[in-house]
Amino acid sequence: MSDPFIVGYDGSPASDRALDVAIAQAVEASTPIILVHVLEWSPYSFLTQEELAERHRRRKEELARAESAVVTPALERVSGHGVEVSPVIRYGHSAEILVELAKSEKARQIFVGRDGSSAFKARLFGSTAATLVQVSPVPCTILP
Amino acid sequence: MSVISRIFVFFAALLAATGAQAQSLDETINGLFESSTGWYVDLIFANFPGTEVPWIVGWLVIGAVVFSLYFGFVQFRWVGHSIRLVKGDYSDPNDAGEVSHFQALATALSGTVGLGNIAGVAVAMSIGGPGAMFWMILAGLLGMATKFTECTLGVKYRNEFPDGSVSGGPMYYLTKGFKERGLPGGTFLAVGFSVFTLLGALGGGNMFQVNQAHQQISGVVGEYPGWITGIVFAVIVGVVIIGGLKSIARVTEKVVPFMGILYVLAALVIILANFDQIGIAFSRIIEGAFTGLGVAGGMVGALIQGFRRAAFSNEAGIGSAAIAHSAVKTKEPITEGFVALLEPFIDTVVICTITALVIIISDQLVTDPETGLFVVENGQIVTQSGATGVALTSDAFATAFSWFPIVLAVAVVLFAFSTMLSWSYYGLKAWTFLFGEGKGKELVFKAIFCFFVVIGAAASLDPVIAFSDAALFSMAIFNVIGLYFLMPLVKQELRKYSEKLRSGEIRKVK
Repeated sequence: MSDPFIVGYDGSPASDRALDVAIAQAVEASTPIILVHVLEWSPYSFLTQEELAERHRRRKEELARAESAVVTPALERVSGHGVEVSPVIRYGHSAEILVELAKSEKARQIFVGRDGSSAFKARLFGSTAATLVQVSPVPCTILP
Repeated sequence: MSVISRIFVFFAALLAATGAQAQSLDETINGLFESSTGWYVDLIFANFPGTEVPWIVGWLVIGAVVFSLYFGFVQFRWVGHSIRLVKGDYSDPNDAGEVSHFQALATALSGTVGLGNIAGVAVAMSIGGPGAMFWMILAGLLGMATKFTECTLGVKYRNEFPDGSVSGGPMYYLTKGFKERGLPGGTFLAVGFSVFTLLGALGGGNMFQVNQAHQQISGVVGEYPGWITGIVFAVIVGVVIIGGLKSIARVTEKVVPFMGILYVLAALVIILANFDQIGIAFSRIIEGAFTGLGVAGGMVGALIQGFRRAAFSNEAGIGSAAIAHSAVKTKEPITEGFVALLEPFIDTVVICTITALVIIISDQLVTDPETGLFVVENGQIVTQSGATGVALTSDAFATAFSWFPIVLAVAVVLFAFSTMLSWSYYGLKAWTFLFGEGKGKELVFKAIFCFFVVIGAAASLDPVIAFSDAALFSMAIFNVIGLYFLMPLVKQELRKYSEKLRSGEIRKVK
C-alpha cells in the first residue's frame, strides 16, 4: 500500500474541488485518502462560566454535526471510485493538524482548497493554505 | 425579546412610581438594609472571647495552615508542575475541544480578579496600613493549599449529566464525599453551604460590585442617586442572565482579561519608574505588619484587615472556585487542584501586592512628619484626598497617569459586571441544588438577583461591605468543615498521582 493523500476538507466548494482532484489522482496511483475535517479551537481562548459547564455537551453536538453535515457527504463523494478513504475529525488549528497528520501518517501529499478571502482578511486571521505553503513537510496541492 | 421587554416595562413602572421621592429612596433602602443585616454581620465578625480577633478570620487562617501542613506545602513543591499543566504539557490531544486547564483557570480568575484587588486592597491599607499587605500576601500563600484541596474535590465529585453538561462544587463533594467516607452530616453541610452561597452571591457577588461601580461612575460624571445605576445594571444583568443574551457576557469575558493586563502593566510602570522607593515601600509593609505604625488596633488591626481582604479577594476556602473549576476535562481530578492553587498566587500575591505598592509609592497615606506614624481619624488612616476604596487606588494611579481614573472607572465597571455574572452562576448552582433544576425555578432566582442589584447600588458602602464579607465568610464555615473531613481523599489522590508520574504512566505529551 502506498503512502496516503491527506485532504483538508471543510465542506466549502473549494474543498470539494480539492477532494475531486485528490480522488482522480488516488484512483490512478491506487493511494488511500485520509479525509481531515478540523474544528477550529484554541485551548487558550476565554469561555464564560456557562460555556465551561456546557463545553462537553457542545463538543459532542459539534462532532455529530461535523460527521453528518460535512464528513458523510464527502464520503459519499468518494464512494464508487474504488478509493480507500478514512475520515478524521479533529479540534485545533487547521494547518497545524494537517502538518501533524502528514508527518505521523507519512503522507505523500496534502490537498486543500483556499477560500479566496482577501489578502487583508488572510493577514488578520491567517490562512490555512498560506500556512501550509510555508510549513508543510510534503508537497501541497492548493485548489482555488 | 419578550422577556427583555417585560423587564424594561417592570423597571419603567418602578421608575415612575419612585420618581417623586428619588433622593429619599436611597436613604430608605440604606436604613432598611443596615437595620436588617446588622445582627448577622455582628454574629459572623464576633471576636474570640477576650481578644480582638474575629473568630471567622481565625477559622480561615487555621484552615489554610492545616491544609498547607497536611499536604506538605503543596503550593511550593508542586508549583512548577502546575504551570506545566496550564501550558498544556500533559493534555491529551484527543481531548482537544474540551475545557482545558488554562480555560478553567482563566474563567475562575475573571470571577475573582476585580474589585477585591482594587477596592479591597485600598480598604485594607486605609484601615490596617501597609502592614496589612504583609498579612494579605501570607494569607494568599497559605490560601493556595486551601484552593488546591477544594478544587480537587470539586472535580472529583462533580455531577455529570446524561446530556454531557457538568455541575460541581462544595454542595456536591459535601454530599457525595461524606457518603463515600460513611460520614453523617454531608447533606446538612451542603444545604448550609448553598444557603450562604445564595447570600454571598447577593452580597459580595452582587451588591458590593454594583455599589463600587456606582461610586466609580458618579466619580466621573458627578453625583446622582444610586438607584439609577442600580436599575441600569439590573436591566443589563437581566438581559444576559434572564434574556439569555450571551453576546454581552462573551464580550465582557473577553475584555476583562485585557483590562486586567492593562491594570498590571500600568502599575508595573509606576513601580519601575519609582524603583528607588520599592525598598522603602517593602520596609513600610514589613514594619507595619508587626508594629502597625500607629494604625487603629496596631499589629492585630493590620493582620485582621490583611486576612479579611485576602479572603475576599482570592476566595480561598469560600468554595466558589470549586464550582468554577469543576468543568475541566481531566482524568485526574488532582490536576485541577494543582492548577487552582495558582489562583490565590496571581490574585493576591501578585495583583494585590502591586496595587499596594502603587498606593504606598504615590504617598497616598498621610503620615505625621514628626513621629513617622500614620495620621488616624475615626479608625482610618487619613489619605491625601480623603478618599477610600476604589477612589484611593484611582488617586494613586492618577499621580502618574492623569487619565488613568477614566480607564480604571471603565475597568471597575467591567470587573464588577463580570464578577456579578460569575456569582449569578454560583448562586444559581446553589439555588438549583436546594430547589431542583427547572426553568421556572431558575427564573425566580435570577429575578431576585436583579432586584438586589438595585438595593446594592442605593445602599452606602460600609453596610454593604460588612454584609458582603459576612455572607462570603459564612460559606467558608461549611466548606472548611467539609474539607477537614475530606482531605484524606485528596491525599490519596496526591499519592496515586505522584506514583503515576514516577512510574511514567502519566508523562508529558509535549
